[in-house]
Amino acid sequence: MKREGKIQVWKDYQKEIADDHYFYVRSCIRQNFFPGSEQTFLRILRSELGKDIYENPHHTTCSGIGYHSDVVPFDTIQTIVARQFALMTEAGYKNLAVSCITSFGIYGEIIETWKEFPDELEKIRNYLKKATGREFEIPQNVAHASDIVYKFREDIANKQKFPLINQQTGKPLKIVEHIGCHYSKMFPDKGVGGAEFPNVLVGMIESWGGEVVDYPERRHCCGFGFRQYLVMSNRGYSVSNSRKKFESMEPYKPDAILCNCPGCPMFMDRWQYVIEEMEGKTYGESGQGIPVLTYEELAGLVLGYDPWDLGLQMHQTNCEPLLDKMGIQYDASLKYAGKDGKLIGKPMMVGCGDLEM
Amino acid sequence: MELYLELSKDIRFAEGLKSCMNCGICTAICPAAEFYDYGPRIIAGIVQSKDEKRIEELLKSETIWYCGECMSCKTRCPRGNTPGLIIMALRSLSQELGFFTESEKGRQQLAIKRTVGENVVYKGYCVLPESLIPELHPELGPVGEWIYENSEEVYKRVGANYKGDGEGALRKIPQESLDEIYRIFEITGGFDRFDKIEHFSKIKAETMGFSEGEDDYSDYVNHIFTTNNGKHNRQYFHSHAKL
Repeated sequence: MKREGKIQVWKDYQKEIADDHYFYVRSCIRQNFFPGSEQTFLRILRSELGKDIYENPHHTTCSGIGYHSDVVPFDTIQTIVARQFALMTEAGYKNLAVSCITSFGIYGEIIETWKEFPDELEKIRNYLKKATGREFEIPQNVAHASDIVYKFREDIANKQKFPLINQQTGKPLKIVEHIGCHYSKMFPDKGVGGAEFPNVLVGMIESWGGEVVDYPERRHCCGFGFRQYLVMSNRGYSVSNSRKKFESMEPYKPDAILCNCPGCPMFMDRWQYVIEEMEGKTYGESGQGIPVLTYEELAGLVLGYDPWDLGLQMHQTNCEPLLDKMGIQYDASLKYAGKDGKLIGKPMMVGCGDLEM
Repeated sequence: MELYLELSKDIRFAEGLKSCMNCGICTAICPAAEFYDYGPRIIAGIVQSKDEKRIEELLKSETIWYCGECMSCKTRCPRGNTPGLIIMALRSLSQELGFFTESEKGRQQLAIKRTVGENVVYKGYCVLPESLIPELHPELGPVGEWIYENSEEVYKRVGANYKGDGEGALRKIPQESLDEIYRIFEITGGFDRFDKIEHFSKIKAETMGFSEGEDDYSDYVNHIFTTNNGKHNRQYFHSHAKL
C-alpha cells in the first residue's frame, strides 16, 4: 500500500485533542474512590504543563450511572448534559475535559444522537431553556482526561524522576493496561487508536519507560455492569468478570495494572481482596496482589509526587511493591495519616492477604 | 398497546436494531452471556420477529436485566446493531408498563431508584461516601471501612473538598444547581419514571406480603437488594439442563 493510503487508513484511529483551555467535569466514582487522581490531574496540567483548566462548582453528575442502570430516562440525561454544556458556554470554553469514562461515552452518544436526529437537539434545547433558562453550544472538542495526559506524555517524560524501570533489575516494568469499555467500544473514532488499537494508556507506559503486557482477556470488561454491581445480590457477575481477567493476566507476571476508567481500578483493586477472602487465592508474583493504578497516579509517581498525596492509601491492594521496584522513597508511618499528619487510626487489614502493615 | 411500535419510538431501539442475521458474535463477546443464562442474539431475534406475545414475555422476563451495558456488542456486530441499546429500550418500556416487577432482577429497580436515582436529584452525585455503608459494601474491604469511618480526614488529606463550598472533589452542590436538576427531572419525565417504579413496586410488595410500615417498604427494598434465587447463572442452567 502506498504511504498516502496508509496515512488515510490510520486517520480513523487518530483523535484530535485540544491542547489548552479546558472545561473540567468530574466523575462521581472517582471523587469517591480516587479523589487524589483528579487533584493530581489538575496539578499536572496547571503546575507541570502550564495549561488553563477551569472547574465550575455548579456542574453536577451527568447521571450516567442512573442512565445505565435504567432509572434515569434518555431525555433527562440529555438535558442534564445540556446543562453542563451551558455552564461551559457561559464560561467561554469550547473544549470539554471529562474525568469519567461513563460520562465520556454519554457525551459521545448524546452529541451523535443530536447529529443524527436534529429534532432531538431542538427538543433538549427547549427542555433546558424551560427548566433553567439556559442555552448552550455543543463543545468543539471532547477529550477524556486520559487523552490529555496521553497528548502530553512526552512532556511528562521529560520531567520524570522515576521512570517505569525496575531499579533492582534495570529492566522495564511490565504493565497491564485496561481501557474502560465506554471509552471507545461504542464510538471508536472518539478514542485514541479506536476500539481495535486503543493506544491511550500504551502511549503513556512506553513513553515513561515501561513495557506493555498483552494477554488474552485484555479487552474484557472489568465487570462493573452498573446494576450488576449496584445491587448486592448481583455482584457475582462483577467479581467473576474481574477474576477472568486476573487469571488470564497472571502468567505474564505484571508489575501493575493501569486503568483509565473510574470504576475499573476500584473493582480490580477490591476484587483481588475479595477473591483472597473467598478462595484464598492471591494474585501477584510476590503474593501481595497486583497494584492497580489510575493513569494520574502513575503519572504522579513518575513525576516524583508523594504517594500519599496521590491517594494510594485508599487502595486495598498495596501499591508498595511497585513503589519499591521504581525506587521511590516513602514514609510508611504517614500512609494512613489525615491532613497535616494527624493520626486517625489504620485499616484493620491492608493488602490482599494477611499482610499486616 | 402494540409493544413493537412502542419500542420503535425509542431512539435507542432505532439505533440498536437495524437488521440482525443472528450470527451470535454479540453473544460470543458478551460478559453477561458468560456469567448468566443469557444471549443477546436471542433478544435481537425476538424483537426483530415483532411477535407481540414473545416481546411481552421478554418485558416480564429475568433475561433483559442480565446485560451490564458495557456495549462490547456494539464494536463487534457486523451489521451495526447494538443489542445493549435494544436492552435499554426494553428496560424502559418494562418500567413504563410495570412489567419489571414480574422478575426478581427487574424488581431491583426500586433499590436503584432509591439509592442512585435519588442521589442524582437531591445531592447532584450518583454516589456519595455516606452511601458506601460497609455492611452493604463488604467488598470495599477494611480500607473501605477505614475511609467510611474517617471520611472527612481521608478526603481532606488527598485534596478533596468534601461537603465544602466552591470547587473540588465531593464539594457540596449549591442548592440553586440542585433546584435546576429537580426542574429538569420534572420537565423531562425523570420523575414520571421514578413514580412508576414506586407505584408498581408497592403493588408488588403488597402481593408478596410486605407492608408499607413506618419506612416506606424498606423491608421490601432490603429483600430485593439481597435476594438471589441462585437460578440465574449459566452454571445452574447447564447443571439442571442435564437432568
